[in-house]
Amino acid sequence: MKELLQRLSDRFSLKEITYQRDNLIFITVEKSNVIPFITHLKQHENFSHLVMIGAVDYIENGTFQLTYLLHNYSLHADIGVRVHVQRENPVMESIHTIWAQARTYQREIREMFGIDFPGSPDVDKPFLLEGWQNIPPMRKDFDTLKYSQETYFPRSGRKHYDPQNYMKQKLYPDKEPE
Amino acid sequence: MEDFNRDKFPPIVNGKPIIDLDSQKFLKVWQGPQHPGVTGNMALEVTLSGDEVVDLKTHVGYLHRGFEKLMERRKYLQCFTIVCRICVPEPDTNEYVFAAAVEDLAGIKVPEKALWLRTLTLEMSRLASFLMWIGGQAGSLGMGTIAQWTVAQRDYILDLFEELTGGRVYHMYIVPGGVRGDVPEGFFEHVEDVMKGVEKVLADVEIALLNNAIFKKRAKGLGIISQDMVDEYGIVGPNARAAGFVRDIRKDTPYAAYDQLDFTVITGTKSDALERTYVRFQEMLQCVSLIRQIARRIPKKGALYTQIPNPLHWKIPAGETYIRAEASRGEYGYYMVSDGSEYPRRVQVRGPSYTHAIAVLEELAVGTNLADLAGLMVSLHTCPPEIER
Amino acid sequence: MKKEHKSLLNTDLPDFERDYFCDTYPQEVKPLKGFIEKFLNWARAQSLWILGFGTGCGAIELRPLMTARFDMFRYGMAPRPTPRQSCVFIIGGYASIKTLKRIVRSYEQIQAPKFVLALGSCTINGGMYFDSYNTINRIDHYIPVDVYVTGCMPRPEAIIAGLRKLQERIMQGKAEKANDYIKNFEWYKANQKKIIKDWNMPDFNW
Repeated sequence: MKELLQRLSDRFSLKEITYQRDNLIFITVEKSNVIPFITHLKQHENFSHLVMIGAVDYIENGTFQLTYLLHNYSLHADIGVRVHVQRENPVMESIHTIWAQARTYQREIREMFGIDFPGSPDVDKPFLLEGWQNIPPMRKDFDTLKYSQETYFPRSGRKHYDPQNYMKQKLYPDKEPE
Repeated sequence: MEDFNRDKFPPIVNGKPIIDLDSQKFLKVWQGPQHPGVTGNMALEVTLSGDEVVDLKTHVGYLHRGFEKLMERRKYLQCFTIVCRICVPEPDTNEYVFAAAVEDLAGIKVPEKALWLRTLTLEMSRLASFLMWIGGQAGSLGMGTIAQWTVAQRDYILDLFEELTGGRVYHMYIVPGGVRGDVPEGFFEHVEDVMKGVEKVLADVEIALLNNAIFKKRAKGLGIISQDMVDEYGIVGPNARAAGFVRDIRKDTPYAAYDQLDFTVITGTKSDALERTYVRFQEMLQCVSLIRQIARRIPKKGALYTQIPNPLHWKIPAGETYIRAEASRGEYGYYMVSDGSEYPRRVQVRGPSYTHAIAVLEELAVGTNLADLAGLMVSLHTCPPEIER
Repeated sequence: MKKEHKSLLNTDLPDFERDYFCDTYPQEVKPLKGFIEKFLNWARAQSLWILGFGTGCGAIELRPLMTARFDMFRYGMAPRPTPRQSCVFIIGGYASIKTLKRIVRSYEQIQAPKFVLALGSCTINGGMYFDSYNTINRIDHYIPVDVYVTGCMPRPEAIIAGLRKLQERIMQGKAEKANDYIKNFEWYKANQKKIIKDWNMPDFNW
């Protein structure tokens, strides 16, 4: 992993490197650098398996973080490529030409976070939700409890009794409760 | 399959097939969500020419519950009651992966005996999931009897779970720091009884299914996954192993007590429905052998869990991690981000069916027969609840 | 005295599809009198055909129920592939909005008399998913329910007990919830349309 990082930092400008475990590191790169970086990892460093594309909403910084998690089957090591996308008008380049399966992840992120991936097949079609008219649900400013209580018909909770008074009333119904 | 008659297929313009429904050459059929031939609650939009599939679109989202959002507003320990519900046939993998991710971020070490007990539940749930699957595989290709045997046998494994954890389908047994309780007295004798039953049923299944001419003829050449497709589509688990890749997370990056167990990775040569069935069938026998090894070698005494701080005010240090485990369908992983508070910032689930059921199925279905579509779908072993969470 | 009903509008359907569906308002079915109805109820209770639509994680316990160990066939219950042949609709747990649309459609296609068995806490009050943005909290606001089975998940024994309870109610002639649906048709439709935002199906699916 050490040599690999040395090789990578010679070619690309890596901003922040986090070592989580021996075989798992997270690297932050510039948005413009992501596609060349990922392509390099896939073609020259044998990171052939795209595990997933994750998205995290950092509402306080006004950014979304996208994490491309790549796996190397010969080293049994993972690299998470982190990139920050502006929260207003979020657009990211699509990687469906590098991995065909990426289009599914991009379609979900488009729906759940509202990050656009121009050119990715079917990216604008609804994926999990049908007829959704609110802000994308996985954003931090969407309150799911409030939405649920307003939209559906919540059933009020169970009636609670104070056990002492309840038993007194049951056993001695004539006596006035205090 | 090289001598395809291209006339039956729609003309391709700019890489996309043009399907002109008015030409009366094509027929659009919806299979699901209310359809006995689909695995779980998902829908396939099939375009047919005769009875041959020329285009397929998968529609999911019928089981979407928004788990990832719900976890953001629950404390770490509260999340445990909901993570196991993400994948219904195999809840223990979810529990393990979530617990391991929390332990990785918080730096908790798990005692030896708890690791063995975790391995035991993981293998038992893998076996239960496989037994459910082989019934579906046989049923979808016209042999309903096999499901009667294997699903009934799976029930005895659920009985074991009930004895061990108190829960039949959802167990919530693996908690951060260890496991919830010790094995009850005489548990491993019951395990041995059930394993004998499983072996007997599997011997019957081998005779009735794997040596059946109809099954072989229908499954052979159905949905071939080529070697190039595996990395392109992120195919994992038995589907990739049947194509000849020696990839098993239990062997590659051993977790729990797998490094102390004796097993070899099972591979095939050409990943079609028949080969995948063989691979999974042998993995079932492997599960039985692993469970027996665990029963023999599990430490008799030892701590069951590491003490964790008060779970109501438990703050996990900031950081992010990814933990994976081998489920019956392949690599199952959680990507967890913590910002140092009591609530997880983001938990993302990577289920193996995510690619298998959508990108891969859409690719493989083209050119198959409508009647074999259900068999193809089951042979990929997809599980809709984990696709959409 | 026949009550006048306005006809269904099916406004959201495109013109070419509107021809396919019936615009008449659904009608209540009055039970017959005396022992004929009793005989019919007995017959109905003894052959419950279940719609095989696994609408939630409750479907996982239907497989053991159908197969050798719990074997529901001994009570004359059998799974059927299509709503037109079945009479019991098992709601297997939480229903997301996308599924609810299909539930409504399938429920209306079932021929009366029809019965609904709802499994799991999530159909009663939302259960685990009470705060989820995509699952409903109470199923009885969208379709009428005859018997609830609590639990998460209900065990196969509990489902059998629920089905036996349903048989009892049918024998007593109490399980005519399909008429309730017609009586409160507008209330149900308003509730359904409140959450199903793209209503591109007929108002009543014959």
